[in-house]
Amino acid sequence: MTNDDIILRVDNLEKAFGGVKAVDKVSFDLKKGGVLGVIGPNGSGKTTLINLITGFIAKDGGKVFFKDKDISKWQPHKIADFGLARTFQVMRPYATLAAYKNIIPPLYSPRAKRTAKGKLGDRSAVAVDILEEVGFERDARVPYKQAGTLPLGYLKRLELCRCLALDPELIICDEVFSGLSMSEIASMVPLMERLHSAGITLVMVEHRLRELFQITDRAIVLSFGEKIADGSSQEIFENERVKQAYFGGEDSYVTSE
Amino acid sequence: MPELRKERLDRGVKVRAESIYAISSMKEIMFLIGPGLVLVILLLILPVSLPSFWQRIMALTGVYVLLSIGFGFLASYVGLVSLGGALFVGMGGYISGLLNSVGVPMFLSIPVATIAGALICTLVLLPVLPLRGVYFAIVSFVYPLFAARLIAALGIFGGTDGIAGLDVMPNVYVLLYVMVAVVIVVMFGMSRLVNYEDLGLVLRGVKDNEQAIKASGLNLTWYKAQAVFIAAAMGCFGGAYLTHLYGWVGMSLFATDFSILPLAATVVGGTGTIYGPVIGAMLLVPISEALRPFGTLRIVFYAVILVFFVVFFSEGILDYLKRKYEQFEHWVRV
Amino acid sequence: MELLIYGIVNSMSLILMTIGFALAYGVSRIPNFSHGALYILTGYMAYVFFAMLGLPYFLAILLALLFIGLVGAALYQFILIHLRGMPISEIIASFGVGLAILEFLRWAGLRGMAITIPPFIRGTTTVFGVILDYQRIIIILGGIGILFFLYFFTSYTKTGLAFKAIAQNERAALALGIDSDRAAVLAVSMGAVLAGLGGVFLLPLGNITVEMGYEVLIFALAVSIVGGIGSWKGVVYASFLIGFAQILTVRYIASHWHFVVALLLIIIVLIVKPSGLYGKQKELEERV
Repeated sequence: MTNDDIILRVDNLEKAFGGVKAVDKVSFDLKKGGVLGVIGPNGSGKTTLINLITGFIAKDGGKVFFKDKDISKWQPHKIADFGLARTFQVMRPYATLAAYKNIIPPLYSPRAKRTAKGKLGDRSAVAVDILEEVGFERDARVPYKQAGTLPLGYLKRLELCRCLALDPELIICDEVFSGLSMSEIASMVPLMERLHSAGITLVMVEHRLRELFQITDRAIVLSFGEKIADGSSQEIFENERVKQAYFGGEDSYVTSE
Repeated sequence: MPELRKERLDRGVKVRAESIYAISSMKEIMFLIGPGLVLVILLLILPVSLPSFWQRIMALTGVYVLLSIGFGFLASYVGLVSLGGALFVGMGGYISGLLNSVGVPMFLSIPVATIAGALICTLVLLPVLPLRGVYFAIVSFVYPLFAARLIAALGIFGGTDGIAGLDVMPNVYVLLYVMVAVVIVVMFGMSRLVNYEDLGLVLRGVKDNEQAIKASGLNLTWYKAQAVFIAAAMGCFGGAYLTHLYGWVGMSLFATDFSILPLAATVVGGTGTIYGPVIGAMLLVPISEALRPFGTLRIVFYAVILVFFVVFFSEGILDYLKRKYEQFEHWVRV
Repeated sequence: MELLIYGIVNSMSLILMTIGFALAYGVSRIPNFSHGALYILTGYMAYVFFAMLGLPYFLAILLALLFIGLVGAALYQFILIHLRGMPISEIIASFGVGLAILEFLRWAGLRGMAITIPPFIRGTTTVFGVILDYQRIIIILGGIGILFFLYFFTSYTKTGLAFKAIAQNERAALALGIDSDRAAVLAVSMGAVLAGLGGVFLLPLGNITVEMGYEVLIFALAVSIVGGIGSWKGVVYASFLIGFAQILTVRYIASHWHFVVALLLIIIVLIVKPSGLYGKQKELEERV
């Protein structure tokens, strides 16, 4: 079972909300340095799946292995501390504080103190550096603006920064492209590719398939909590169950998107 | 009838003092540090200028100021509404009293009671830290009641009579200046902690954005516990101090007053700052003591004040004063 | 046998003390911390009408209940209505009102042993070999009566159904044209009357004291937390649990422990099962 290459293995995860199976026996595994897309129609249990993996809600059944450790019963903060970071779809930054201050709590964490980022000394300076890394223009004083006044694209990157401050080995991104304009997405895709090439494993929950398949070629498809497909974009688009459940039998939706 | 609207504008000196001009002239410097300076000077000259009746009340007020800072800190910055002030006072008071009764000198028993008491309080509150809002308020309110009834029922630590004959402070000036020093240090220290320290930022996240804190690899309960420890240490010091003010320790240290008045002080003074509760306590305690001749009518009086402030003046005194200090208002036609 | 009967009496007393608090919270999410004060105030008003003004006994009680209903309505209409949705402020305000009422009564002369209202019927009888006064029997019957009344009220009357709707989903109820403020006035007012009713049933057993007001509040909180706030079933079961636990401690340990038991149960339940014995998932999320 121990395979050096596999960083995340999800085994028969289950969760029901009052009789409705939100996640129904989902299993998959992911190689170190890989990128996995998670797609599915609204309400198919994608966000619940993330919450289960990262320990934010209790599992009804199933196991999660990260770096060969069983993390099924761990608390969220311990999982993050172990190197599995996540972003939130709904961001709630410290609205009245400067943007870079949002990165200070993760820099204050035990994990950051162990890794290089926390050792560099002045946390404010490190925070601004991280923001600049993901495209906050320092010249325009963007890192110092109130977080509440920033446009959505910056807030999404702020979420990523919160993860990056932890020096994670795996980041689970909950819809980083949703709600962004085309030009914002266009600058986001290279950023994700850069994270990937920096050796960070990514799980990307997405609606925007075209951008997703620019970054990765492997995805799993959820429908009503069940995993109905797992494979390359080609395999997924040709899968009959995916066509029926997700695209209503009409695959033109994907290409015209 | 033209409609009028109140317009508020920042005073010029405030705008200047916010930017790089802050230290350019005496006027700006005084604008910034003036209010704090007035408070400190007031605290320093009060002990020598008060008549002896009010000196004792000032000592008591100091204890309430510390409790109120602790309450305001937990409520405004950590999101825990703790009505356990009496638990802190009682714990500190009893530890210091017990140590003193077996011969430990006062200057040692007070610091030990502060630290050990805070530690014990944090430990007993640890299991209920995940509770939110009202539920934490209720359970923390119940703890001191429980402790008092337990002492009465078991008859330990002197039972309902308490322990008398403990050391008292050598003279009233030592008594008061110890308190003044502690209050000044705690007040500015806490203000610095919540506004400028990274720990303060994390605690704010604990209140407003639990999920992001968890996802940042920070243990929520651990930071709540740290915050409770800080607040409990202030309360325990207050209790130990009271023990050596009266030279006696007893069940009245678990009195509900210590739980309720900090809340009232915070409501009256204003939430969301460290100084609001300080102002609230410095007003409420002397007023309540001055009304003592009226018997329990004084409680009615401050209950009414409390309800009035909650319902009709929820910004509190501090925010009101701050507004007047930093802005001027005038009516404009719409 | 004696334990059983006194346990039942004590449990029923707890139900009578708590049900008003549970109703107001269950319907409108208003934690009415002046509950204990309203309980005592009713007893005191009944005493004023009966002993001081010389009105007939039942008329005095009826007037006292009417009065407390108006106090409850006023409490909501003039104070709590400004604070909806801010639970901590609601607690502070209602506790402040309760504090003011109780301490005012203490100042106005509610001290010592002399003040009480007589029971409905004097005298004692023997039930299964246990000597029991009529008032305690009335308490049992009254408690059962009130539970049945509330059951039918919330299941069959229009107002009761509106209460239920608001308790379950306030927004949906608003969309259906149920006035949530009017329902809340009614709920707080009814809660006050129920508190008063509890007072009228229970106070004849002893003296009317200010301390009793605070204790009733603590008991109401204990029962609500142990049972799971807003759950009728929870109130009944928790009352019996605490009621019997108290009787047993009084019997086998010592009488001054009975208050400790209630406090201990609050702490244990909040630690072990924060949703209370009959709480629902939704409530658990609110608490933890």
